[in-house]
Amino acid sequence: MQSSNAINYDYTVAKYFTISAIVLGIVGMSVGVLIAFQLAFPELNNMFGEYGTFGRLRPIHTDGVAFGFTVSGIFATWFYVGQRVLKVSMAESKFLMFIGKLQFWLYIIGVAVAVVSLLLGYTTSKEYAEFEWPVDIAIVVVWVLWGISIFGLIGIRREKVLYISVWYYIATFLGVAMLYVFNNMEVPTYFVSGMGNWFHSVSMYAGSNDAMVQWWYGHNAVAFVFTVPIIAMIYYFLPKESGQPVFSYKLSLLSFWGLMFVYLWAGGHHLLYSTVPDWVQTMASIFSIILILPSWGSAINMLLTMKGEWGQLKENPLVKFYVLASTFYMLSTLEGPIQAIKSVNALAHFTDWIPGHVHDGTLGWVGFMIIGGIFHMAPRMYKREIFSKKLVEAQFWLQTTGIVMYFTSMWIAGITQGMMWRATDQYGNLAYSFIDTVEVLHPYWTLRAVGGSFYLIGVFMWAYNIYKTATSSKAIEKEPQYATPMA
Amino acid sequence: MDMELIRNIQGWGYVSMIFIITIGLYAYIYHLYKSQREGVKDYEKYSNMALKDDIDDSLVEAKDPQKDEKDNEER
Repeated sequence: MQSSNAINYDYTVAKYFTISAIVLGIVGMSVGVLIAFQLAFPELNNMFGEYGTFGRLRPIHTDGVAFGFTVSGIFATWFYVGQRVLKVSMAESKFLMFIGKLQFWLYIIGVAVAVVSLLLGYTTSKEYAEFEWPVDIAIVVVWVLWGISIFGLIGIRREKVLYISVWYYIATFLGVAMLYVFNNMEVPTYFVSGMGNWFHSVSMYAGSNDAMVQWWYGHNAVAFVFTVPIIAMIYYFLPKESGQPVFSYKLSLLSFWGLMFVYLWAGGHHLLYSTVPDWVQTMASIFSIILILPSWGSAINMLLTMKGEWGQLKENPLVKFYVLASTFYMLSTLEGPIQAIKSVNALAHFTDWIPGHVHDGTLGWVGFMIIGGIFHMAPRMYKREIFSKKLVEAQFWLQTTGIVMYFTSMWIAGITQGMMWRATDQYGNLAYSFIDTVEVLHPYWTLRAVGGSFYLIGVFMWAYNIYKTATSSKAIEKEPQYATPMA
Repeated sequence: MDMELIRNIQGWGYVSMIFIITIGLYAYIYHLYKSQREGVKDYEKYSNMALKDDIDDSLVEAKDPQKDEKDNEER
C-alpha cells in the first residue's frame, strides 16, 4: 500500500514528445506520399509553385521522418522507459523536469525553423544534413539538454545496473553527438569573407574528404537514429508487453558491443566505385557484411524471447507490431550487406532498390516500433485502456500491406532499372535510353505511392486511436503489469 | 616525415587496432559466459529490470541499499 506522499513516475515530457511524434509523423509521411506520387505523375510538382516541387519537399520528408517523427519517438520512449528501468521519477528532480520541458520547447522551435528554411530553399545541400548553421546550433543545444536528462536521471537512479535499453539510449546520444558535430563543421561565408547571407555556410571539408565524412555521417545516422535507439525500444517493449524476460541478457550485451564496433566503419559502402581510396571501399564492404552478426544477434534474441509464447501473436496486436518489426530488422540488415557487396552494388547503386531497402527498414522496423511503443505507453500515461483493439488490428494489416507493396515494387523496379542501364547491344552500345526505363518503371512508382498511402492512412488511424485513448476511453484503476488493455 | 612513413603508420595502426579490439570483444564474451557459469555474476537476472519496473517493485540490485531500505520504510 502506498502512503500519501508515494512517488509516481511523471510522464509529462513523455506525453509532449508523444504528441510531437504523432504530428511530425503525419507531416513527414504525408509529404513522403506526395513526393512518391510526384515521381509517378510529374505534373503534381506544379501544385504550390516553387514550394511544392520535389527538390524542396524531399528533405522535408527525409528530415521530417528522421529528425521529427523518429527523434520525437526516441525522446518520448526515453522519458518513459528511462524512469522505469532506473526506478526513479522525473518528479523527484525539479531541475530534470525543467530541462526536459526546455528540451521539448527548443526542439519544437528548431523543427519549425528547419521546416520553414527548407521550404524557402535554404540548404547546405548535404543529404540528411541540409540545415544551415543556426539550425545546427539549435540542434546541438537540444541534444546537450537530452544528455543532461539521460545522465541526470542515471545519477539519481535506484537500480545499480543500467538495463540494456539504457546502454542503447546512451550510445544514441554519444553517437549522434559525434557524427552531427563533425559532419556539420562548416565555414560561415559572410563572417569569413563577407560573401553571401549571414546564415549561409560551406563545408569545412573538400572533395573526396567531404564525401567520406558525409557518408560516415549519413550511414551512421541510419545506425544511431534508425537502429540503436529502436533496439533500445524493443529490448524494453517486447519483454514488458509479453511478460517474457529477454531470452539471453548476455547476448544483448555482446550484440551491443559488436554493433558499436562494426557499424562506424560501414559508411564507405555509399561511395563504392567513386573517387575515394579503394581500401576504404573494400573495408566498408567487408564491415557491412560483418554487420549482419550483431544485428541478427539482437533480432534473434527478440524472436527467441517469444519462445513458447507464440500464441500471444494471435491475441495481442502489439506483440504483432514488435515481432514484425524485429523480422523487418532482420530483413533489412541482410539486404543492406548484400547491396554493399561490390558486384551487387554495381547493379543496385542509384536504382529504386535503395529507397526500397531504406523503407523496409524505416516503415517496418522503425515505424512499427515507435507506433507499438506509444500504444504500450498510452494506457500507462493516460490511465485509460486503448480505445479500439479492432482499429489497432486493422492498422497493423493495412500498414503491413503498404510496406510489402512498397518494397516489392521497389525491388522489381530497382533491379529492372539496373539491368536496363547496363544492357548493351552486340556492338557494345547502350540498349536503352533513360526514358525507356521511365516508361517501364512507371507502374511500380505508382504502386509505391499507393503502398505509402496505405501506411499513411494507418498513421492517421494510430493518431485517432491514441487521441481517443487519451481523452475518452475507459479509465483503468490499476496499471497493467504486462499486456496492454484494449477495448 | 614523408608520405610513405605516414601511410605505413596509418596502415599498421589500423590493423593493430582492429586486432586489439577484436581480441577485447572476444575476451569480453568469454568473461560474460565464464562469470555466469562459475556463479560470480548472474547476468540473466538483469532481464527482470524491464518486467519488474513499477516504482514499488523490489530492486533487482540496489545502487544504495541503505537508501532503498529507507524508501521501503516510508512506503
